[in-house]
Amino acid sequence: MDLLLNPVAAIGRAVLGACRTVGAVALFALEGVSHLLRPPFYGRLFLRHLAEIAYFSLPVVALTAVFTGMVLALQSYTGFARFNAEGAVANVVVLSITRELGPVLAGLMVAGRIGAAFAAEIGTMRVTDQIDALTTLSTNPMKYLVAPRLLAGVVALPFLVVVADILGVMGGWLIGTTKLGFGSAGYLKATFDFLEVMDVVSGLVKAAVFGFVITLMGCWCGYQSKGGAQGVGAATTTAVVSASILILALDYVLTEMFFAR
Amino acid sequence: MTAQRPKIRLRGLSKAFGEKKVLDGVDLDIRAGHGMVILGGSGSGKSVTIKCILGLITPDAGSIEVDGQDVLAMSRREREALADRIGMLFQNGALFDSLPVWENVCFKLLAQKRITRAKARDKAAEVLAQVGLAASVGDLSPAELSGGMQKRVGLARAIAAEPDIIFFDEPTTGLDPIMGAVIDGLIVDVVKRLGATAVSITHDMASARRIGDDAAMLHKGRIVWTGPAATLGETGNAMVDQFARGDREGPIQMELRR
Repeated sequence: MDLLLNPVAAIGRAVLGACRTVGAVALFALEGVSHLLRPPFYGRLFLRHLAEIAYFSLPVVALTAVFTGMVLALQSYTGFARFNAEGAVANVVVLSITRELGPVLAGLMVAGRIGAAFAAEIGTMRVTDQIDALTTLSTNPMKYLVAPRLLAGVVALPFLVVVADILGVMGGWLIGTTKLGFGSAGYLKATFDFLEVMDVVSGLVKAAVFGFVITLMGCWCGYQSKGGAQGVGAATTTAVVSASILILALDYVLTEMFFAR
Repeated sequence: MTAQRPKIRLRGLSKAFGEKKVLDGVDLDIRAGHGMVILGGSGSGKSVTIKCILGLITPDAGSIEVDGQDVLAMSRREREALADRIGMLFQNGALFDSLPVWENVCFKLLAQKRITRAKARDKAAEVLAQVGLAASVGDLSPAELSGGMQKRVGLARAIAAEPDIIFFDEPTTGLDPIMGAVIDGLIVDVVKRLGATAVSITHDMASARRIGDDAAMLHKGRIVWTGPAATLGETGNAMVDQFARGDREGPIQMELRR
């Protein structure tokens, strides 16, 4: 109703609200990172979150990567066959996977798994006074809950993307050699001949950024949740949706930075 | 003769959330080594008062002194040092689901590096025994405990670091009367043993009489009465007596929509 009666004021309020939220998230992130530089450090928690993100996300990331590589090989073969360029299938698969699809798909999968899990866990701790309890137990909640998760996200995502890169290429190789008539050695040679270190490195940098964003949004949304079960549910949804959108937006920004020249 | 300095002194403590004024100039002295019970109906500002003292909420106005030191003027390091001397039993226990009971109990000692993980289990067993729980409870997850056991573990966690101020947020809420009396008995015992100052908030009159030396009534964000907890129900203050007896008629009117 307000939007109809006074659209400028409504838009202004929305923009101001968005600016406030961006500022608050940035300060939250800075505080989380600052705790990584000051003792005490929670190595045990870092390892637990690292296992939670890297090890337990392996199956879903691996399956996504394999099927994406397989589909990519089939689709690019279909397209390139129209220009008699079937030989480029291996190049397209490896470049698409390492530069783009590996980090983005792994990021989206982990956002669904870990962003939701972190938001739900921290959100539940918020609404059941466990975060206040940490403060009364001489423990800074940002240091205990947020900092180890942020670091684990930054470390785990590149590892998952290396696995996704390898399995994505192998998915393409599987279809190339069993269905599209490529020789195994020829396919792999074509894969590695045109692959540059920067292709892989840029994907890994993207992965580290996505890992930070996923864990940051999970922690932030959980930390801000209120109002019981409904609040925790809303925080979980917001964490996944915001992390997914940020991954896609930052993917464009990072791609511009790496490949614009 | 000069009066003994209070352990905690609140002056003009005010806090509003948006339009809603929850604390409206709370003045309260809490004697060292005694139990103070803050009474009041739901939404009267009891929890906000103790959250302000604990530093979980920053008041809009007023002062909080602990041992004569202005808490609101303290540096972060000084506040952390103060927090080290404080224990808190939350209404719902607020135990950490992801940790076993023994780690919950020794959480503060581990955080302060006053104990190694190897010794923490034995220490947890010792503290659990003080609240009437077997050492084997230490290996359970908080989700496996009944409400009464969770309260006792919460109490064990609050006293493990031997604080000199302990806060109890509605310690008997959600418990049957016998378990409530058991928890109150444990609170009285541990507070006496530690020589601590105890601040409890409750609207359970029987519990208030059991655990309190002094009592204060909070109504609409202000302290309207203070006196000995033993006199609750026959204080001569119409508001307190109505609250203690649970009368529908009296100066306290519930805001019910009809």
